[in-house]
Amino acid sequence: MTIGKKTLRLLLAASLLAAGSAHAQSASTLQKIKESGTVVLGVRPAVVPFSYFDDQQKPLGYSQDVALAIVDGIKKKLNLPNLTVRTIAITPQNRIPLLQNGTIDIECTTTTNNVEREKQVAFSNTIFVIGTRLLTKKDSGIKDFADLKGRTVVTNAGSTSEPILHKLNTEQNLGMTITTQKDVAESFLSLSTGRADAFMLDDAMLAGERAKSPDANDYVIVGKAQSREAYGCMFRKDDPDFKQVVDDAVSRLQTSGQADVLYKKWFDGPIPPNGLNLHLQESDDLKTLFKAPNDKPLS
Amino acid sequence: MSYRWDWAVFVQPVATGEPTTYLGWIAAGLEATVGIALAGWIVALVIGTAMGIVRTLPGRWLYACSATYVAVFRNIPLIVQFFIWFWAVPELLPGHLGTAIKHMPPTESAALASVVCLGLFTSARVCEQVRAGLQALPAGQWAAGLSLGLSRFQTYRYVLLPVAARNLVPPLTSEFLNIVKNSSVASTIGVLELTAQAQRMIDYTSRSYESFLAIVVGYALLTGIIMFVGRRIERSVRLSFGSDGR
Repeated sequence: MTIGKKTLRLLLAASLLAAGSAHAQSASTLQKIKESGTVVLGVRPAVVPFSYFDDQQKPLGYSQDVALAIVDGIKKKLNLPNLTVRTIAITPQNRIPLLQNGTIDIECTTTTNNVEREKQVAFSNTIFVIGTRLLTKKDSGIKDFADLKGRTVVTNAGSTSEPILHKLNTEQNLGMTITTQKDVAESFLSLSTGRADAFMLDDAMLAGERAKSPDANDYVIVGKAQSREAYGCMFRKDDPDFKQVVDDAVSRLQTSGQADVLYKKWFDGPIPPNGLNLHLQESDDLKTLFKAPNDKPLS
Repeated sequence: MSYRWDWAVFVQPVATGEPTTYLGWIAAGLEATVGIALAGWIVALVIGTAMGIVRTLPGRWLYACSATYVAVFRNIPLIVQFFIWFWAVPELLPGHLGTAIKHMPPTESAALASVVCLGLFTSARVCEQVRAGLQALPAGQWAAGLSLGLSRFQTYRYVLLPVAARNLVPPLTSEFLNIVKNSSVASTIGVLELTAQAQRMIDYTSRSYESFLAIVVGYALLTGIIMFVGRRIERSVRLSFGSDGR
């Protein structure tokens, strides 16, 4: 059948195209930045308070401040004080392809450094440590994971919390209904409209969603952290020179005490655009990290 | 650096601990896509045909109602309609009804919203196809039916609809293809159909190219079958004295 052949040929062309674009870059990132006079940062439009847009669509946040510190490091290294900084909005789905095909050079958002991802990309020194916990309404009666028996729990599709929930279900026989939504906003909507009794995710993101809600005081973050994850800045693999510049910038930030200042600014103080306050205490994991910067994945 | 293809990823057990492989996820997604597209298509065909007929009936009031229906469902972006049906409608319904919907198993409530949403959105398009099909018939057919003493209902039933239906097979086949492709938007409200499963697979394996190629094959398979069946129907109902002389 001619249609069949044509379809097959198109498919082949599409796959070759995909492979071709993935092949496209080979030069080192520092060289690419030097030649183009531009560094391209990946940013997330709405992950408060790590990486989000203010009312002028300008990217800001804790991770963005780290990214800017790294950009300063690149400027010094390349002796390019007027380096242009471009930002591109990314999603969890496209961040690795966009990095691999050279669209972005580095992204400091909320990407977890794990062994699986290290096969494809490289990570900086850890910039933040989170624990996966629960957000629930104060009157839900849920104080820890054991209280989830027979309840409905929502989490983000593709998050690290999803496998943990499935595991809890099989190992502790909790009989939870596990449901997923595509992003934090939708998952929180599930919780606030009563479709789900609890929302499991990284504690910092739960605090961000809680702060955004008009009735923030009705929600509590509970439960013992079921996993810890290290957020790192992500860039292309096999590029030791670039990694050195990035890691140095992050270490300097953390050992000089500037990282603590950043923490207070974004997690325990009023943040733009509306002066929300996350009221999230600095965890012991984070204090330890700031004393001894490292790039070890925790998961 | 070059991209290393890894097709073996499909036979790996999934990272969430469910007893299946990534290929199993894609297959489950294909099943969900078929389910919501097919159920939505039935809704679209029934309501769309009825509305299409209404649009050709005399009477200003009927015309205004059906025109508004088409305008509303055709002019609001599909992704917005999905959001409204899934998140807003249960909040607007009277107390216990809304609560009942929200307390349905999450996969069922999302699937229900998808079928309603896709069905109504596509029905507005089917409606316009049916109207065009009926209006394309020579005015003499309508007059001939009435002059034979048939009622308006009988004229539609025995003269206009059977002829129009034959001409409608190709455009309706294409609407059916559209509903299959549009069902991918259901991933935005948490339905784990083909697109959502591919995205989930990328989240856990970071294998973007492999995942998307897998669903390209899935969609191509579905649309290929629909096109094949559509052509067969078209050929089998073709009149022996059609304009193509056969």
